[in-house]
Amino acid sequence: MSKKNNKTDVPTTGHSWDGIEEFDNPMPRWWLWTFYACIVWAIGYTIAFPAWPLLRQATPGVLGYATRAEVQKDIETVELANATINETLSTVALADISADADLRAYATNKGAAVFRTWCAQCHGSGAAGVQANGYPNLLDNDWLWGGSIEDIHTSISHGIRNTQDQDTRFSEMPAFADILEPNDINAVVNYVMSLSGDAKDATQIDYGATVFLDNCSACHAEDGSGDRNQGAPNLTDAIWLYGSGYDNILAQVTQARNGVMPNWNTRLDEAEIRAVATYVHSLGGGEASK
Amino acid sequence: MGILDKHKAIETNATLLLILSFFVVTIGGLVQIVPLFYLDNTIEKVEGVRPYSPLELAGRDIYIREGCYVCHSQMIRPMRDEVERYGHYSLAAESMYDHPFQWGSKRTGPDLARVGGRYSDEWHVDHLRDPQSVVPESVMPKYGFLERTLIEGEYIQDLLETHQLVGVPYTDEMIKQARADFVAQVDPDSDYDGLLERYSGAQVRNFDGKPGISEADALIAYLQILGTMVDFSTFQPDASR
Ligand code: HEC
Ligand code: HEC
Ligand code: HEC
Repeated sequence: MSKKNNKTDVPTTGHSWDGIEEFDNPMPRWWLWTFYACIVWAIGYTIAFPAWPLLRQATPGVLGYATRAEVQKDIETVELANATINETLSTVALADISADADLRAYATNKGAAVFRTWCAQCHGSGAAGVQANGYPNLLDNDWLWGGSIEDIHTSISHGIRNTQDQDTRFSEMPAFADILEPNDINAVVNYVMSLSGDAKDATQIDYGATVFLDNCSACHAEDGSGDRNQGAPNLTDAIWLYGSGYDNILAQVTQARNGVMPNWNTRLDEAEIRAVATYVHSLGGGEASK
Repeated sequence: MGILDKHKAIETNATLLLILSFFVVTIGGLVQIVPLFYLDNTIEKVEGVRPYSPLELAGRDIYIREGCYVCHSQMIRPMRDEVERYGHYSLAAESMYDHPFQWGSKRTGPDLARVGGRYSDEWHVDHLRDPQSVVPESVMPKYGFLERTLIEGEYIQDLLETHQLVGVPYTDEMIKQARADFVAQVDPDSDYDGLLERYSGAQVRNFDGKPGISEADALIAYLQILGTMVDFSTFQPDASR
């Protein structure tokens, strides 16, 4: 900027570099006032909200704001809005939930949300499970532990074979690698395959049947239809927890995996457990209460 | 104009300007950081939080080495949606023995602050080996090598000592027994009473279901303890924090 083009009444700062001088223009008014307003706001803010560190505690602020109180209030507001229906949901007889249309609609929707948050990682977002990997499909009517609303409720509440809940559902298929001879195992696997279709080696079936009767029928029942009291699957329905075919069945008989599900009674409240039980029960395989 | 003239001395001396600027910035830092070390309400006293057992601590190192924190936070913020999805909001005390803390700042995956007990060990093995096998939509990478990499824990004592040095209250006995505790925690047939006495609530299992102590064993032991130390059925939050 050369001197000629400018008002000469503005003083300069006195700095001069290679003949270039610097005007000492005042700050724009609006800018200055905004700046002062910010300072005043900041002081007010630190009085209103928790801010200044003192000797033992920080100043709490005159508005008494606290994040924890805030979230507590948020949660309570929503809880209060649903308090009546949740109370009903957690106290009526389980079998009566689906008798009341409003209650059923509420429970199914709430249950679907619970399912997507807490269950989908194992049972799949559509509840179809992970086939051949031990995470059961909850859409069909093939149940390990039972498909009535009461059974489903117990499975969810206490979980299966976990170490956290004393009342968890429990049973254990032994690993037969150490119990039976390889040819016995080969025979019984062929027999199990024959229950739902074709055996790999039909000559083994008759002998396999005797091995089954001696070793397996206590849990899987004499006809292989399983026992829900022990979570022993039905072996005749061609629905497999750990996969079909000779190799998968052989692996289960020799090594015996036993599926684990956490108990949900410590993470979810009774209304949530009942809601998700209703949701699972409604998916297609639900059975009538006994 | 006296004071402005003095200021001119600073403006024209780069070294002095640098030193004094640093000094001013330091004041800002001190005012913000120092109170956190002495104020009573920075970390409230909470029952149940204990230092990590040797195996859990080794798992935590693997968690950091693999950069799990790049996609996972460990900090449930006090907001309703987070509390409903993950459980009780995190307390400062729960990461009191974390050096460094794993709060994280990015959630490509879910928060892990309370993942302990939420899944079975088998699920963690399946999920680490191949996340898409259990969660088809997942973008998490595969960590199958963890279960194949066996670890001996030969430096576990040094690791505990280092943590003791930065303020984690490991006793000398804990450090002496570190290697034994490390081995005992994956072996349900071992004599693990001492381990449970030193680290209450430690879970003793063969986490990956395979013989030997693998990195997956350590990592899963760590994941299964996350967020489980405080009993929230008895915890009374001080609402003013
Ligand atoms: C850690 C993975 C995991 C999670 C999370 C999980 N489950 Fe399961 N669930 C399993 C496994 C594994 C089984 C099969 C147990 C067995 O083999 O007996 C199972 C079985 C069940 C059964 C019994 C099925 C039958 O055939 O009798 C029900 C019902 C069920 N789960 C519902 C739920 C609900 C509802 C949730 C969410 C609140 C949930 N699960 C979360 C792993 C899980
Ligand atoms: C102590 C009871 C018990 C005995 C004895 C037993 N099983 Fe099992 N079996 C189970 C249970 C429980 C499961 C389900 C495991 C799970 O839910 O993870 C199972 C699962 C299976 C499966 C997998 C089914 C599927 O859907 O994938 C096969 C196959 C099987 N058993 C075959 C046998 C054979 C063959 C024998 C005898 C040699 C036998 N079982 C003996 C309890 C038993
Ligand atoms: C590229 C980002 C990424 C990295 C790195 C990553 N994860 Fe994940 N993780 C995810 C995503 C996305 C999910 C959600 C989908 C799923 O369950 O796989 C997830 C889910 C999980 C879950 C289940 C959490 C829940 O509550 O559903 C666990 C546990 C987990 N990751 C552990 C780890 C560990 C341990 C590591 C390091 C060895 C790791 N993750 C590294 C992205 C990542």
